[in-house]
Amino acid sequence: MLDALQKLGRVTLGFFQRLGRGHLFLLQIFTTIPGVLIRPRLILTQLYTVGVLTLLIILVSGLFVGLVLGLQGYNTLVDFGAEDSLGVMVALSLVRELGPVVAALLFAGRAGSALTAEIGLMKATEQLSGMEMMAVDPVQRVVTPRFLASFISLPLLAAIFSAIGIYGGYLVGVGLLGVDDGAFWGQMQDKVDLQGDVYNGIIKSIVFGFVAGWIALFEGYDAVPTAAGVSRATTRTVVHTSLAVLGLDFVLTALMFGD
Amino acid sequence: MTEPVVQIRDLHFARGERMIFDGIDLDIEPDGVTAIMGPSGTGKTTLLKLIGGQLRPQSGSIRVYGEEVTGLSRHGLFELRKKMGMLFQSGALLTDINVFENVAYPIREHTRLPDALIRDLVLMKLQAVGLRGASAMMPSELSGGMARRVALARAIALDPMMVMYDEPFTGQDPISKGILVKLIRELNDALGLTSIVVSHDVLETAAIADYVYLLSQGKVIEHGKPEALLASDSEWARQFLDGKADGPVAFHYPAADFRDDLLRGGRA
Repeated sequence: MLDALQKLGRVTLGFFQRLGRGHLFLLQIFTTIPGVLIRPRLILTQLYTVGVLTLLIILVSGLFVGLVLGLQGYNTLVDFGAEDSLGVMVALSLVRELGPVVAALLFAGRAGSALTAEIGLMKATEQLSGMEMMAVDPVQRVVTPRFLASFISLPLLAAIFSAIGIYGGYLVGVGLLGVDDGAFWGQMQDKVDLQGDVYNGIIKSIVFGFVAGWIALFEGYDAVPTAAGVSRATTRTVVHTSLAVLGLDFVLTALMFGD
Repeated sequence: MTEPVVQIRDLHFARGERMIFDGIDLDIEPDGVTAIMGPSGTGKTTLLKLIGGQLRPQSGSIRVYGEEVTGLSRHGLFELRKKMGMLFQSGALLTDINVFENVAYPIREHTRLPDALIRDLVLMKLQAVGLRGASAMMPSELSGGMARRVALARAIALDPMMVMYDEPFTGQDPISKGILVKLIRELNDALGLTSIVVSHDVLETAAIADYVYLLSQGKVIEHGKPEALLASDSEWARQFLDGKADGPVAFHYPAADFRDDLLRGGRA
């Protein structure tokens, strides 16, 4: 009994300690942002590795998600004679939900895990310590540019995901199943609201970019500097980011579209 | 007498339950090579990290160039570290940039020098360690000894006043060892450095050191000129210098009674 209590106490304390370290880490990132902004080349390099290299998986997945949405949507809508609304259905699903959420999940798997492994290995091979001893702040030099790159690239990736997804829906709906071209785009234009739908989707992806970057970088920076430690941290990044994205998606959806 | 570069007084440091330093006093004099020797696990590397301010002690004072390291802000620490170079055991080279860029790294980070000048500076440092020809190689293409020499070139890139070497000879073949021994001594004299060499390679270290501290089990066991230390008849010093398996540093890690342990059966 006492042992169990002790263990519970230890686990709880450990959890809150980690949470505290995570927030201090975030604070450290914030304080170093001005120093990074005057060296945009650092961010540009990371935008390439974090954003551009994730583009392919986003394009392919977006296209497939759009194709499936078109197919499933058509099959449901056609029963009610509402297949002309396919464009609206596909666009709203993507812009409001699937774009930000699926892009964030893919981002966690492709870029987040890479960030954690990279930072964790840099820690394990003393590269971060080495920087500190050279009077170079590793948070400013290594972490913050990657954080900003995640923050900037995820919203863009989510937008591209939605755009290519809508095109996928168009290909299936109009190209294959014979939905009217004009109705597809016209209804979409009519019913998708810039403020209520598009902006809210963008806000979601900004929040997800922030969280995905934070979790991935913190896990790497806080990793136990061994092979097993880095591997555990990488797994945690994908799991925690996915859970955080799905949980936050519900909260944000409730706030945005709840009433 | 000149003020010591590093002055450590009554230093206590523990990791969790385990006491690493239990009241250490130590002075590093300027312009010389001071060796810190001791068996593995005595916290020699930890001592360097304490001097560099990467770790904070539980109590005691560490003064480097007259500044109390334990009380410095992050900014103050970074300013102090610009006067120090450190050679990590692993080299700690940045693996995604080549040798040239590794050596140029601290110069680029801390100065606004034109590229042509940086190039000359880097080539001079690489020439000093004999690796100018390897400037385009990536860290993964270097042998262990070469990596350490590149790290040494990087450590002196900003012309520090003090260089700390963490186990520079470990895992090196005799030729690389010889090169490093020569480099440490020659760079120290040519650049007017203060060098701290942490090592357990007795002969190599004694050959270049001006003064030696021998640490064991959280204490300074002996200190003095290397010749005096090699001739010491203290039990501690003899065990370490002669490599005896048992002695004041026990062969067995502290454990419960062996008989009791066996009789407890399957219970861990």
